[in-house]
Amino acid sequence: MEEVTSNHQSIIIELDKEEYAIPVEVVGAIERMQHITRVPKTANFVKGVINLRGVVTPIIDLRERFGMEKAEHTESTRIIIIHMENYDVGFIVDAAYDVLYIPEDAIEPAPQVIGTVDADYIGGVAKVDKRLIMLLELEKVLSKESYQAAFLGQEG
Amino acid sequence: MENNEYLEVFIEESKEHIQSLNDQLLILENEPENMDTVGEIFRSAHTLKGMAATMGFQDLADLTHKMENVLDAVRNDQVKITSEIIDVIFQAVDQLEGMVLDIAEGGDGSSDVQELVNTLQAIESNQGFEKINESTAKITDNVTKVVTRDQAHFDQLDQFELAILDQSKENGFENLEVTVKLNDNCLLKAARVYMVFEVLEQIGEVIKADPTVQELEEENFDLQFHVLLVTKDSAEDVKQKILKVSEIEEVIVSTFEQGENVQEENDEKDNVEKQSNEVKESSKNKTADDSKKKAGKGVANKTIRVNIDRLDGLMNLFEELVIDRGRLEQISANLKHAELQETVERMSRISGDLQNIILNMRMVPIEQVFNRFPRMVRQLSKDLGKKINLEIVGAETELDRTVIDEIGDPLVHLIRNALDHGIETPEKRQEAGKNEEGHLLLEAYHSGNHVFIEISDDGAGINREKVVNKAVSNHVITEEEAKQLTDKEVYQLIMSSGFSTADKISDVSGRGVGLDVVKNTIESLGGTITIESEEGKGSLFSIQLPLTLSIISVLLVEVEKEKYAIPLSSIIETAIISRSDILNAHNKEVIDFRGKVVPLIDLKNVFEVPSETEDDELYSVVIIRKGDKMAGLVVDTFIGQQEIVLKSLGDYLGDVFAISGATILGDGQVALIVDTNTLIN
Repeated sequence: MEEVTSNHQSIIIELDKEEYAIPVEVVGAIERMQHITRVPKTANFVKGVINLRGVVTPIIDLRERFGMEKAEHTESTRIIIIHMENYDVGFIVDAAYDVLYIPEDAIEPAPQVIGTVDADYIGGVAKVDKRLIMLLELEKVLSKESYQAAFLGQEG
Repeated sequence: MENNEYLEVFIEESKEHIQSLNDQLLILENEPENMDTVGEIFRSAHTLKGMAATMGFQDLADLTHKMENVLDAVRNDQVKITSEIIDVIFQAVDQLEGMVLDIAEGGDGSSDVQELVNTLQAIESNQGFEKINESTAKITDNVTKVVTRDQAHFDQLDQFELAILDQSKENGFENLEVTVKLNDNCLLKAARVYMVFEVLEQIGEVIKADPTVQELEEENFDLQFHVLLVTKDSAEDVKQKILKVSEIEEVIVSTFEQGENVQEENDEKDNVEKQSNEVKESSKNKTADDSKKKAGKGVANKTIRVNIDRLDGLMNLFEELVIDRGRLEQISANLKHAELQETVERMSRISGDLQNIILNMRMVPIEQVFNRFPRMVRQLSKDLGKKINLEIVGAETELDRTVIDEIGDPLVHLIRNALDHGIETPEKRQEAGKNEEGHLLLEAYHSGNHVFIEISDDGAGINREKVVNKAVSNHVITEEEAKQLTDKEVYQLIMSSGFSTADKISDVSGRGVGLDVVKNTIESLGGTITIESEEGKGSLFSIQLPLTLSIISVLLVEVEKEKYAIPLSSIIETAIISRSDILNAHNKEVIDFRGKVVPLIDLKNVFEVPSETEDDELYSVVIIRKGDKMAGLVVDTFIGQQEIVLKSLGDYLGDVFAISGATILGDGQVALIVDTNTLIN
């Protein structure tokens, strides 16, 4: 929450024709799609690991994490590298756009239900120039609980 | 805390001194007459006291101080070393260690030292009284001298200094004792001292200073210092000249009277010294030899302290380099450019050497772990009423630091086990016609890419019957199984959880938790442990450990389009078998491998690899082992052997089934490392 609301310089990504914002300071790099080494027996949205300049980095498909339909990777598909406190992860997104300044007064609290997604990882919604942008709460996106749930779900 | 930056150094050095105390005390116990050792102990205690006092750890300083007194008495032949005294000193050292550990963990190192201090005091004074009858009151003189030292600053002058004073008097010089007190808020004390000395040197000669000049330069004094000056100037002149230096509070100049008393005392002291010198004369030659040896060793061991974090940093960077090296090798192999290949080969060689050096830097002699065992064995043998002779071989054998940190506890356990269950009581040993004193051998050596640590005893050995009965009654195995087990398999049983064969449970070992923990720890380090034993003759526990944990040799294999790395240390061999060789037992696929039934594990199934091709007629199988168990991993192709850098999968994924980590291959892709231990169960 803090991260999102206290600083509004965000990288805008696209997932299933909707736009999401990730605070710019946690983004380490934006990479093109590359070979991902599959890691067996992990949650289904974990696509595997890549070698990111010597660091083995797990890659999460955000579409699958958010329960959206799978999509073919295209020219515009990107991997967004996120630096969390103790680890790095990469998000596969449909596309990554500009860095956008989101004014505080444009942010509204997240509605209870957004589309089909049960969305505790949406920290708020911002309206900027008629664009509707959802602010991601990374702690929730990457929570251990969500990982466990997905992992156990596919096991059983 | 303002001392923080020194704290680390203090803790490190204290530990070293405590270790040295332990070592030397053990030597002393065997050779009570060895005055070199006493001297060595005394020096360690003294340094420790000084450091503790400087850092403000009062209890620590008090205890060492009392210890030092006792040792001093020993050194001056006032106290005879007995086993009881050694015991007390050991206790004191233990408490010191506890306090240092407390400090290391952020405590203030305070501890109730009163009891030990009293005991030490008793030793010191008791023995002292006995001696007084023989050698008059010299000792009390010595004691009072120490006490009065604060008032009379220059009562302990050596012959040379006395001679100068005498001579200067004859030549019409004045011997002055100058006391200088600095201003309370004087900032640069050392600078003021320097200026005072500058003045003094101009008007005469400084014979002695209290505190010493060196201490003064290091600002190791309060506000006051005393100087013994030989000059032609009058006392008043000297005072005025010194007062010209700013920030001086007070100067007292008095004529230094070299009292008859002092003279006598010194004579007496000389006598005492001479006497003791004579006593020590006999051992002088030996001392000289020893110190020569020490000097030689000292030069060879020139070292610097490097923070382990820096070494880890270096290691990490080098790992990056190893990965790029792999990549370069691959590129040059593809391009087949002669010059490029030559350069890359050269680079590979150099980085290979570099790798050895860096790995060596992280190597620590296993001595670090071993050197606490003599103490432990001594204590345990006393507690158990057994006589044990511990022999340590190969303490200089080096191991990676990460391994060293982990191996201590398992070894402690195995030694305790050998002492408690292995070696018999002296009576039993005599009955069995053995030497009353049991022999415990702790040996470490290198072999190939592994380090072996062996603990062997000449005790009772393992009773197969007893182990089997216990295992059956504890439901570890069934009676049928028991009959088929080989001796080795039976011995392995004592390392399964919930097992203890000691008839009565003792403090030392035998709580039934332990050997299984030992086994797990060693296996988690990538090592193995085996037991050999002969009833009545003794047992041998042999631990095999990898030299290092961060760069390992693996066999790269391919499963469909995915590459996996299997650590060479767990591979017995590779084989290609045809489908007809595969048998079915209990719905499991097994093969007959050199007379043994080995279950097959298809990596494709375990790792849920998306399969495209049909099964081949021929299977590539990697035979792996975990202890005595084996399994065959079915893969598609063998790629080859390679040195790889172990990397973690990161915190997000945490523990992944049957994967112990990842590595980056020459082409930049990630390959997963198979954790063979979890595949065999």
